[in-house]
Amino acid sequence: MFLNFFFDLKQAQLPVSLKEYLMLMEAMDKRVITSFNVNDFYFLSRSALIKDERHLDKFDKVFGHSFKGLENKSETTEAEIPEEWLRLMGQKYLSDEEKKLVESLGGWDKLMETLKQRLEEQKKRHQGGSKWIGTGGTSPFGAYGYNPEGIRIGQKESRNKKAVKVWDKREFKNLDGDVELGTRNIKVALRRLRKFAREGADTELDLDGTIKSTAHKGYIDVKMMPERRNKIKVLIFFDVGGSMDAHVKICEELFSAAKTEFKHMEYFYYHNCLYDYVWKENKRRYNEHMSTWDVLHTYPSDYKVIFVGDAEMSPYEITYPGGSTEYWNEESGETWLSRTLSVYENAIWLNPVPKQYWNRIASTNILQQIFSNRMFPLTIDGIDQAMRELNKS
Amino acid sequence: MKFEGTKNYIATEDLKVAVNAAITLERPIIVKGEPGTGKTMLAHEVAQAIGCEIITWHIKSTTKAQQGLYEYDAVTRLRDSQLGDEKVKDIKNYISKGKLWNAFENEKRPVLLIDEIDKADIEFPNDLLLELDKMEFFVYETGETIKAVNRPIVIITSNNEKELPDAFLRRCFFHYIKFPEAETMEEIVNVHFPNIKKDLISEAFKIFYDIRDVPGVKKKPSTSELIDWLKLLMTDDVDAKTLKEKDPKKLIPPLHGALLKNEQDVHLFERLAFIARRENESID
Repeated sequence: MFLNFFFDLKQAQLPVSLKEYLMLMEAMDKRVITSFNVNDFYFLSRSALIKDERHLDKFDKVFGHSFKGLENKSETTEAEIPEEWLRLMGQKYLSDEEKKLVESLGGWDKLMETLKQRLEEQKKRHQGGSKWIGTGGTSPFGAYGYNPEGIRIGQKESRNKKAVKVWDKREFKNLDGDVELGTRNIKVALRRLRKFAREGADTELDLDGTIKSTAHKGYIDVKMMPERRNKIKVLIFFDVGGSMDAHVKICEELFSAAKTEFKHMEYFYYHNCLYDYVWKENKRRYNEHMSTWDVLHTYPSDYKVIFVGDAEMSPYEITYPGGSTEYWNEESGETWLSRTLSVYENAIWLNPVPKQYWNRIASTNILQQIFSNRMFPLTIDGIDQAMRELNKS
Repeated sequence: MKFEGTKNYIATEDLKVAVNAAITLERPIIVKGEPGTGKTMLAHEVAQAIGCEIITWHIKSTTKAQQGLYEYDAVTRLRDSQLGDEKVKDIKNYISKGKLWNAFENEKRPVLLIDEIDKADIEFPNDLLLELDKMEFFVYETGETIKAVNRPIVIITSNNEKELPDAFLRRCFFHYIKFPEAETMEEIVNVHFPNIKKDLISEAFKIFYDIRDVPGVKKKPSTSELIDWLKLLMTDDVDAKTLKEKDPKKLIPPLHGALLKNEQDVHLFERLAFIARRENESID
């Protein structure tokens, strides 16, 4: 039974190993939990098998599936529903019967009041536009304030109309590695790209060398060595304007994280696709730009190149000369991209658009081909994989 | 030997199971969680609950794994040899024991806290792999093997600044301290301030969780900040009524400095308060 559970975890691509399974068995054998309570078993197995909070949500799902025969909801539908929608659903589908049920559970009179108020609010707002639901829902100030208990109803009614089991609550949801997070996490992911080397002037005392040489010579002989530095050099191209406006926040985060993480970092902007010039200052881009040829000649081939862009455009913008939306380009974007790739062996594309949409967009497919599948989603996991790819040389 | 939480520390059910599993199986436990949720505290409380010594090893960016085992002071020995000191003949005089050594030779089973392991170099956990697994290490200078008399209870905390290697994680239990729910939070507050007024708490909680829910707050206030804030509210004798006031002009909670530690967050809050005020006026 537990073995099936273990294979279920494996199948869900959770990084569980035999060693951890044996550890769990040992714990069961030594009676760490004496109550034979399924909750305790859940806690124990979680602690023994899962070593990263990003996987907790997946683990909860698999656990629920293996031990209750619950329908395992498919990954994609689960991930695509924004939280606001869930809240709305909770309110829409709350029948009188269920309202009673909620009352019987806790008797939250106040909750019901806010809920009714909210429902009325919602009708008005709904005519005005669906966007309002979100803004009303997250305001913290009471006027349209969303009671945190309200969210729980949404979950409860979708389940078995009983108190929610611990793993069904799935409280770790927002820690999933596919969710974009702040700069700190991006920095951690960027740190994969490190290559330390001692270069430059001798500024540090080489203790081992000094001792060795002193013992050898019989008098104190001080040895010095250069400081250890990260010698990775990075060249980043950011897509700006147009459809990229929606992704400004994550790009800013990536930019600031990369700036602090890499000592040698150069960046340029482009629009939609790389053509014969790029620029550094968006305000003055028509006057002060740099020819792409110059970029390719200035930065040597040991630079690692990262393209950031949503890769959403008309396919002609990549494949045909003159395809650019802004001016007449003599050579196609594809030519310029292949030219760049032939100079820089280590190059990848980071795409802020979620991966599941990629194959529906023609231009993304073309770019994937040009980059020989080195396009990664702009999430923590994606950056992590991308940095591993860049480290190969 | 079972950990059930202490007078001063409220442990949730899942935390207890994880800690007890680590104690029984004599394996390290890694504790992660938001800053201020009591990761370091846990080790101290486990030591207190079981009634044993605690040995803490705080990790810095410069800490090397070897320092936890022992250090050989070659420079002092070199100097002593030039002065003709008798001590120089025994190499043992120049070996200073590290935290792990101390923990291993303790007569009674101690708690060893390795605090903020993610601060050290990326290779640090790998260097301790065997030592923590077998609970023994070899001293090259003297040729002796140090083996743990009693395998210590090893508690490792991490703030997630670096990822830990898989091989290391496989040997440990893992627990993520999630942010306490309102009920647990109430227990925690009760432990710290037994005499606090009920209505003050409930109002303060509301504000606290509201702040945590504001989208875009850079540093969400945590348990330790809530406790500091309550302390301030009590010393300033702010009553529940003041907190309850829904006057939009006073939307920023009193003594907010204890909760919001970031200039941008305070700005964000002021801006939200301003918007809320304007909306209110237009409704009127």
